Amino acid sequence: MVLLFLEVSVRPLGVACSQDTNHNNNHHQDQHSGNATHVKKAFPVLSLDYHHIKAPFEVSLWVLLASLMKLVPAARQLPVTSGGLTEHQPGKPGEDTALNCLGEKPSVSGFHLVPRLSGIVPESCLLITVGLLVGGLIKLAGEDVPPVLDSRLFFLCLLPPIILDAGYFLPIRPFMENLGTILMFAVVGTLWNAFFIGGLLYAVCQIQPANPSILHQLELLPCLLFGSIVSAVDPVAVLAVFEEIHINELLHILVFGESLLNDAVTVVLYHLFEEYSGVGTVTVMDGFLGIISFLVVACGGVLVGALYGILAAFTSRFTSHTRVIEPLFVFVYSYMAYLSAEMFHLSGIMALIACGAVMRPYVEANISHKSHTTIKYFLKMWSSVSETLIFIFLGVATVDGKHAWNWTFVTVTVVLCLVARVMGVVGLTFVINKFRIVKLTTKDQFIVAYGGLRGAIAFSLGFLLDERVFPLRGMFLTAIITVIFFTVFVQGMTIKPLVELLAVKKKQEAKRSINEEIHTQFLDHLLTGIEDICGHYGHHHWKDKLNRFNKKYVKKCLIAGERSKEPQLIAFYHKMEMKQAIELVESGGGIKLPSALPSTVSMQNIQPKKPPPPKPVERALPQLPKGREEEIRKILRSNLQRTRQRLRSYNRHTLVADPYEDGLGDLLIKKQKMIELEKKIKDMNNYLTVPAAASDSPTMRRARLASDPQAYNMKQQSDSVPTIQVDLASPQSPDSVNLMDEFRQAKQQQQEDDEQGLMMKPPSGPHKPGEAGEPREQKLMRCLSDPGPSADEEEDEPFLP
Amino acid sequence: MGASQTHSEYQYLADKTGFSLEQIKNLHKRFQQLSGNEDTISKENLDSIPALANNPIRKQIIDAFFDKRNQHQEEVGSFEEIGFEQFLMVMSHFRPPTLKTTEEEKEALRKEKLRFLFNMHDTDNDGVITLEEYRKVVEELLSKSGAIGQEAAKAIADAAMLEVASTNVPHMAPDDFYEGITFEHFEQILKGLEMESRMHIRFLDVDTTTMRCGKSTS
Repeated sequence: MVLLFLEVSVRPLGVACSQDTNHNNNHHQDQHSGNATHVKKAFPVLSLDYHHIKAPFEVSLWVLLASLMKLVPAARQLPVTSGGLTEHQPGKPGEDTALNCLGEKPSVSGFHLVPRLSGIVPESCLLITVGLLVGGLIKLAGEDVPPVLDSRLFFLCLLPPIILDAGYFLPIRPFMENLGTILMFAVVGTLWNAFFIGGLLYAVCQIQPANPSILHQLELLPCLLFGSIVSAVDPVAVLAVFEEIHINELLHILVFGESLLNDAVTVVLYHLFEEYSGVGTVTVMDGFLGIISFLVVACGGVLVGALYGILAAFTSRFTSHTRVIEPLFVFVYSYMAYLSAEMFHLSGIMALIACGAVMRPYVEANISHKSHTTIKYFLKMWSSVSETLIFIFLGVATVDGKHAWNWTFVTVTVVLCLVARVMGVVGLTFVINKFRIVKLTTKDQFIVAYGGLRGAIAFSLGFLLDERVFPLRGMFLTAIITVIFFTVFVQGMTIKPLVELLAVKKKQEAKRSINEEIHTQFLDHLLTGIEDICGHYGHHHWKDKLNRFNKKYVKKCLIAGERSKEPQLIAFYHKMEMKQAIELVESGGGIKLPSALPSTVSMQNIQPKKPPPPKPVERALPQLPKGREEEIRKILRSNLQRTRQRLRSYNRHTLVADPYEDGLGDLLIKKQKMIELEKKIKDMNNYLTVPAAASDSPTMRRARLASDPQAYNMKQQSDSVPTIQVDLASPQSPDSVNLMDEFRQAKQQQQEDDEQGLMMKPPSGPHKPGEAGEPREQKLMRCLSDPGPSADEEEDEPFLP
Repeated sequence: MGASQTHSEYQYLADKTGFSLEQIKNLHKRFQQLSGNEDTISKENLDSIPALANNPIRKQIIDAFFDKRNQHQEEVGSFEEIGFEQFLMVMSHFRPPTLKTTEEEKEALRKEKLRFLFNMHDTDNDGVITLEEYRKVVEELLSKSGAIGQEAAKAIADAAMLEVASTNVPHMAPDDFYEGITFEHFEQILKGLEMESRMHIRFLDVDTTTMRCGKSTS
């Protein structure tokens, strides 16, 4: 609320100041041009020049308003000590705030009425209301409401981040699997909607010849144009509402995919009808050209996007030395794809989606983890702010603007929209189900129909209309806004209870597990094989062919280095390990386990039973047989070499090797994974101090996890393996700090041994707090013992690259 | 074979496996192609399908056809050759659910499909998928990926096994040994994949096999 007043008060001030400065400028000019009379004024020590910074300042104010709006739901949930916004406690609520900024919703605390409100009312509604308030206040203050939802601003600045975010993180698999259905809904459904609404509106407008009203002026073509504007499902609104209801993946991708792909249809229809509305007639030829135009717009958009996507992927192949600007490439290439498509009047949205989807697998294989995080957070941030701004502006633009309310027109529009949508969905599903293997049930159809929300795109398209050609533009805009309000408020608010009521399947929250991944791949191959045996080239066959083509040619071009040959399963495994390791460290060093079920199962439980190693009477330190030592040394060396190759990319810009980066990351990840496993073992007392190698093979670590604690001396075989003595220090002990040093020194030592210079320096002096987490892990990892080699365990197992 | 006799046979098969008559006819044509117009096919017939050559798990797939456990008749072991009926039985595991399938039927369907997968992994038929068998599965999956694949396969299989164990038997003493993945555990870990909706292919009602016959065995 404070901010609104700030907003409103600044504006008149701004106006006043600009008048002021104009005055000053005039003065100045007089003085200079006159040159005769020099009146000495006092030197202006402090002056106010609002005009100078007016535009960026106002933009920033709006963005600030949008961002603060996102904070407010979280603030309301804090216990209120004094009225109004309270201090944020650090820790959990702060986290929630941060999450909130990224568009995720924290749980409602139920403290007072307001949080319950934000549970019932979707955020988009709240934002529109805020926009209405702001617009109202500005109007009250007597100012001109700025034309905020200017179409250029909307299409060029506000919309692209949202679409890019959606496209980049589009779940490709369900999208492709349901592509036919999505296209049917998008193309045929939108066409049906447009013609149905437009045609029937025209018919309705023509009745009542007795009392001639303003409606009789309406020709057929403007009606059809209006129909095409108002019929398109809006991706922004769909995203905003569907994000909160967590329905299952299939329905989400159907409605969302439809909202994205109908852009092509909308573009063509809009331009077609707009062109010919002036003339007044459309011939069959024009219709035919329209169809061709549609194909050009859609395929052209996708091609442009794919082209830019490939360029971006190719560029990212060479960025291993300048990691800092990697995210920039992603953003700039995508934006240029959008702009290029818009330049040719192709479908910008489809271009953006295609760009994001095409470049993602290759770019992610090439860029560093930090860049990946940067891209993710920047996209979420921009799209979140954009979305908020769009809804606020919708509210503001409603207050402003000449409205021409016509009861008949508006109510008929709203009713027709609903009816057309329902009829369209039901009819299309009937046809689609004949071709689908997994059919759409009635419940599904209902949700798809109900989820057809209209949003700001419709408004902007209406705004673009020329007043001279469309004298009834005001009425159109009013009707569009009413439809938008109706769908967002009524449908948006009621969809959640309806989903609960109908017991629609919700989204599976479970994390992707390695077993699921293995079996997904297995299934893919199995089904392809069965199709081959059956003899017909189905869905799986072509997908398999595409994958093989991708692996053989495309990946080699677009992915740098060794990773181009990495099979998908292995990539997934690495990614998962990385995630777990990072979660582990970020969660404060293992206080809270990332895994859902705390479990005491560890590797030892699944190893096949071996005859227990003969317990030496004197507990002498067993030694590895010579051959084994050689093996181990070889393994360690080869692994170090590989690690070193990756680490060489660091230069003076990245002084301290980021532990989450590439090769070192891999090592640490494996260690951290083992640490996680340790945690599951309750008894830590069994483990004595052990010398540990800086780089281990999984073999060694696994072998160590057995419960038979025996100190194991490795000193003899490998000089490069340092010994680190550790005891069970508590996480806060100073030992942890030293460990980190030792570890790094050890690594350095080894590498210096092999005469390969490495620019990695151990962190000197006080540790950064972020690093404290790791030493804890390192220390824990050291507390292992090795019972000795087991017969069938130590095969030749080279280290994972 | 007279036409009516075939028809009643087809009807019997349709009732047993749930395929439609057209689908059975098409599959029979394909069967004839593969077998070279014989009554039975052997492993070599299936091996010689050129499209299968690129498949990393072709051996498992072919073995599955000859596995007696997939015939739902409580027998174990494997056939040397199979007839059309057995061929159809195996194929019937890949039928999708229809609109009319009830929830219980979907459950049963899912169990059946999971059972098929389980049999593919559990090669020695002891009712559990041991670590060795699971390792073999992952190795085969990565078999086309060269050396990198083999090294990683073991680690991945171990991690997967660990996951199964921790999800199903959360608390094991350090000395306990997890024998292997039983069918219940297998069901549990693949719960999220919704097998009944994913493990299916499109069986054609229209006869298109004649168009492809140039590419299949001869």
